Amino acid sequence: MLPQYALSQLLEALFAVVVAPLALGWVNQCRAWLQNRRGPGVTQPYRVIAKLFRKEVVLAHQASFLFRAVPYVVFGCMVLATGIVPMLATALPFAPAADVIALVGLLALARIFMALAAMDTGTAFGSLGARREMLVAALAEPALLMVFFMPSLIARSTSLTTIVETLAHQRVAVHPSLAFAAVAFVMVMLAENARIPVDNPGTHLELTMIHEATILEYSGRHLALIEWAHALKLLVYATIGIALFLPWGIAEAGHWAGLPTAVLALVAKLLVGGAALAVTETVSAKLRIFRAPEFLATAFLMAVLGMLTHLLLEGTA
Amino acid sequence: MSFVSFSPLPCALGIAVYWIALGILGLTQRADREAGRILYAAGAAGGLLLAVTAAWALGDAPTAIQLPLGLPGLPFHLRLDSLSAFFLVLLGLAVTGISLFSTGYFISGSTTNDRVTCLHYHFFLAAMVFVLLADDAYMFMVAWESMALVSYFLVTSDHRFAEIRSAGFLYLVVAHVGAMAILLCFGVLHGPDGGYTFEAMRNADRTPFWATTAFLLALVGFGAKAGFLPLHAWLPEAHPAAPSPVSALMSGVMLKTAIYGLLRIGFDLLPIQYASWGVIALALGLVTMLYGVLFAAVQTDMKRLLAYSSIENIGLVLAAIGLAIVFRVHAMPALAALALCAALFHCLNHALFKSLLFLATGAVMHATSQRSLGRLGGLIHPMPWVAGAALVGTLAIAGLPPLNGFVSEWLLLQAFLLSPELPDPYLRMLVPVATAALVLAAAVAAYVMVKFYGVVFLGQPREPSLRYAHDADVWQRAGLLFLVACCVLAGLFPVTVLNGIDHVATGLLGRGMGDAVGRQWLHVTPVSAERASYSPLLVLAGILGVVSAVFLYVRVRYHMRTRRAPPWDCGFPAQTSRMQDTAEGFGQPIKQIFEPFFRIEREMPSPFDGAPRYRARTEDKLWYVLYLPLVRFVERIAGWVARLQHGRIQWYLVYSFATLLALLVLIRFQ
Repeated sequence: MLPQYALSQLLEALFAVVVAPLALGWVNQCRAWLQNRRGPGVTQPYRVIAKLFRKEVVLAHQASFLFRAVPYVVFGCMVLATGIVPMLATALPFAPAADVIALVGLLALARIFMALAAMDTGTAFGSLGARREMLVAALAEPALLMVFFMPSLIARSTSLTTIVETLAHQRVAVHPSLAFAAVAFVMVMLAENARIPVDNPGTHLELTMIHEATILEYSGRHLALIEWAHALKLLVYATIGIALFLPWGIAEAGHWAGLPTAVLALVAKLLVGGAALAVTETVSAKLRIFRAPEFLATAFLMAVLGMLTHLLLEGTA
Repeated sequence: MSFVSFSPLPCALGIAVYWIALGILGLTQRADREAGRILYAAGAAGGLLLAVTAAWALGDAPTAIQLPLGLPGLPFHLRLDSLSAFFLVLLGLAVTGISLFSTGYFISGSTTNDRVTCLHYHFFLAAMVFVLLADDAYMFMVAWESMALVSYFLVTSDHRFAEIRSAGFLYLVVAHVGAMAILLCFGVLHGPDGGYTFEAMRNADRTPFWATTAFLLALVGFGAKAGFLPLHAWLPEAHPAAPSPVSALMSGVMLKTAIYGLLRIGFDLLPIQYASWGVIALALGLVTMLYGVLFAAVQTDMKRLLAYSSIENIGLVLAAIGLAIVFRVHAMPALAALALCAALFHCLNHALFKSLLFLATGAVMHATSQRSLGRLGGLIHPMPWVAGAALVGTLAIAGLPPLNGFVSEWLLLQAFLLSPELPDPYLRMLVPVATAALVLAAAVAAYVMVKFYGVVFLGQPREPSLRYAHDADVWQRAGLLFLVACCVLAGLFPVTVLNGIDHVATGLLGRGMGDAVGRQWLHVTPVSAERASYSPLLVLAGILGVVSAVFLYVRVRYHMRTRRAPPWDCGFPAQTSRMQDTAEGFGQPIKQIFEPFFRIEREMPSPFDGAPRYRARTEDKLWYVLYLPLVRFVERIAGWVARLQHGRIQWYLVYSFATLLALLVLIRFQ
C-alpha cells in the first residue's frame, strides 16, 4: 500500500516541477495573444531556464554564503509545497507532515530567504525590493491564512487533503463564505505571485519593481532556480485555488482509475485559469505601491467577512 | 520516582543557594579577570542542572517543604509542582546559554563595577528560582521584590549615563506599581483566618466579585512586569539600558515569571473562573501583540526593536491564556489544555530565541560599540558565528517552520480554529477578529525580523570600522550555540516538549491534551490526526532532501563556474553603503500604513533651505495620552502635600495632635 502512495507522491511532485514552466508559458502566451503579439510559444520558460543553467554565475563582491544558498532553499520550499497540495490525487503520504498553516509557513520561509538574499548584496534596489516584498507579504499572508481558515472551518480540519475530500463531496451544499474566500484568494494570489495589479512580472523599470528588484543580482544557475521556483509558486497557488474552490475531478485515496480523469481535469482547469489570469492582467493597470496595501487590506477584510458569514449563516455549532 | 534519594525540590533550592554563593564569591574576588569569568561558567552548570532536575520533576506529584526562615510563626513555604517545574526548566535552559555567554561578555571593565554586577546577576537568578518555588504570599512577595530590586540594579549597571539612570527609575516605578497590585491581590485572596499560604488561598470561598477583583489585580500586577498594554512603557527603555546578558535574562526569563504568577493565581489559586476574564485577557493580549509588533517595525535601535518584539510575544501568550480560560469556563477542557499548552510552549520558545537574539546584539555591541541600526550592516562577513546563530533566532521568532516559534503559533491557531465549537454565539463572533489580529501580528513580526537581520548582518557595512569587527569568543559562541540547539531541538521534536507541558496542563486544568500528543513522536496532532497534523522533522527532511538533490544535480549536470564582480544594481556605478535601506527606510511603509498608531514628529525642510534637514521621530502615543498626564497629576498632588511641609517641629507636633484627636473622635462615635 505505502509504496504505491509514495510513488504517487513522487510522481505528483515531479509532474509539478516539470509542468510549472509550461503553465507560466501558457499565461505569457495568452497575454501575448491578447496584446496582438505572436508570443514566444508556451515552451519559452524551459528555454530560458536551460539557457540560464548553462551561463556562469556572476556574484557581487559582498555576497555571502546566504546569497548562494537561497536559490536552493527557495526551490526546495516550493517543491515541498507541491508535495502538500492535492493536485491530482488526495493520496499523499507526505500531506500529514504539513497542513495549510504549515504550507503558508513554507511559502513565508521561501519569501523571507528571498528578502534576506536581496538585502545581502547591499544595493539600493535590492533592499528596496526586499522591503516592498515583505510589505506585500505582511498584508497578503494574513489574508491567505484567513482564506484557508474558511474551508478549514467547513471541513473541521486544516489538512488540505481532508479539506479537499470534504469539499468535493459537498456538491449541493452552498457555502457563501467560500465565495468571499475565493475572491480574497485570487487577490492574494495576484499579489504573492508578483502579477498585475500589484507588481508587473514583465517590468524592468527600476522604480516600480517589487519581485524583480529582489532577484536583480542573481544570474546563471541561481537565477534559473529562482525562475523555476517562481513558476512553481504560481502553479502551487493555482492548484491550491483549484483544490479549494473547484475540487471536482481530483482522484481520492485508493481510486487509481480516477487518475487519468484527474490529469485531464487539472489540465483543463489550468488552461482556463491561466487564460483568465492573462485577461485579468491585460485589462487592469498596475497600482501605485501605496495603493497595494489597500488592495490587500480589501482581500483581508473579504476573508474576515467570509469567516463571519460562515459563522452567521452556516451555523457549525 | 525510580530512586529514593533524589528529590527535585531540595535540589532546586540547592542550586539557588549555589547561585547566591557564586554571587558572594564574585563580590569578594579581586579585580582578576579569569576568576570572575569562571563564576559565570559555574553558574551555567547550575542552570543546566536545574533544567534537568526540573524536567525530571514535571510529571511528579507536587512536593512541599517549609524553611525555618522568615517571620516568627510565618515560615517560608516552598512547593514544586508541574507548573513551577516547567518554568524552572525554562529558567535553567535560558540561564545555561546566557551564563555561558556572560563568561565571555563580562570581562573586566565592561560594566561600572564588575564584582557588584556578578553579585547582582547571580542574586537575580536565585530570586527567580524563589519566585517560582514560593508557596505562600509572604515568601512570594519577598522573592518578587528581591527580583525587581536586583534587576533594577542590573539595569543601572552603567549608571554613569543619565539616560540609563532614568530608564532604571521608570522600571522601578512600574515594578512597584505592579508589586502593589499583587500585594492587594494577595490581600483579596487570603484564606479563612487570614491564611496567606497558597494552600489556604486555594481552599477559600470567594464571591464572584472578589474573585474577579483578584484576577484583575493580578492582571495589572503581573502585567506591569510582563509588559501588557498600557504598562509596557518600561520595557523599551530598560532593555536597551541593561547589559545584553541582563536584557536576555529579563526578556527571556523574568517576563515569564510574570506569566507564571498570572497562571498561578488565575488557574491555581482561583479554581473557579469566569468567561469575562478570558475575554479581557484575550482582547488585552491581542492589542498588546499588535501594538508591540507595529512599534518594533519602526525602531532604529536594535535592542529597543527586540524589546517591542518581546511585548508582542507576551501579548501572544496572554491571548492564548485568555482563550484557555474561555474554553475552560465553557467546559471544554481538552481545548483549554490545547490553548494553555500553546501559551506555555510559546513562553519556552520566547525564552530561547529572545535570549539568543539579545545575546547576539550583545556580541555585536561588544564588537562594534554600536546599538543603532543606522550604523551597522554587513556583519555576516566579520562575525559569521554570531550571524549564523542570529539567523536561526530570526527564523524562529518569525514563526517559520521547521523551527520552534512556528509550533506554538500553529498550536494557538489550531485552538482558535476550534473555537467555533463554543456554545456562546457572541464569543464565536470574536473568533474571526481575534484570528485576524493574530495572523496580522505574526506576519508583521516576520517583516520586523527581516528588517532586524537584514540591516544588522547583511548588506554593506554602514561604517568603515565594521569591517574589522571581531567575532564572538569561545564562551560567547558556546552560549549562542546552546540556545540555537535548544531552538532547533524544540522545533524538531515538539511532541517531546508537549508531553512535558501536558503535565502542567493536567495539573492546572484537571486534564491535558490527552493521548492526542503522546502516542507518536513524529507528528504533532493536537486534537486528532484527521483534524490537523504537523511534522517538523519531515518538513526539514523534505527541504534538505530536495535541496541536496538539486544541488548534486546542478553540480553534476552543469559547470559550477562563478565569477566575482561589483553588484549590478541596474547598472548604477557609484554605489555607496549609504544607498541601502536604513532602518528608518525599512520601517517607513509600516509607519505610513498604520499611521494612526504612532505619534510622529516631522521636521521638514523647506525648498529654500541652505542646509536642508529632515528628521522624523516616532513615539509612543500612550506616553503622551497616559503617562505624562499621570506624572503631571502626581506632581500636582505632591505639590499640595508639600504645602504641609514647613520644616518646623511645632507644626508636625500639631499634625500629630490633630490626627490623634480625629481618631479619638472617630472611635467615640462608632
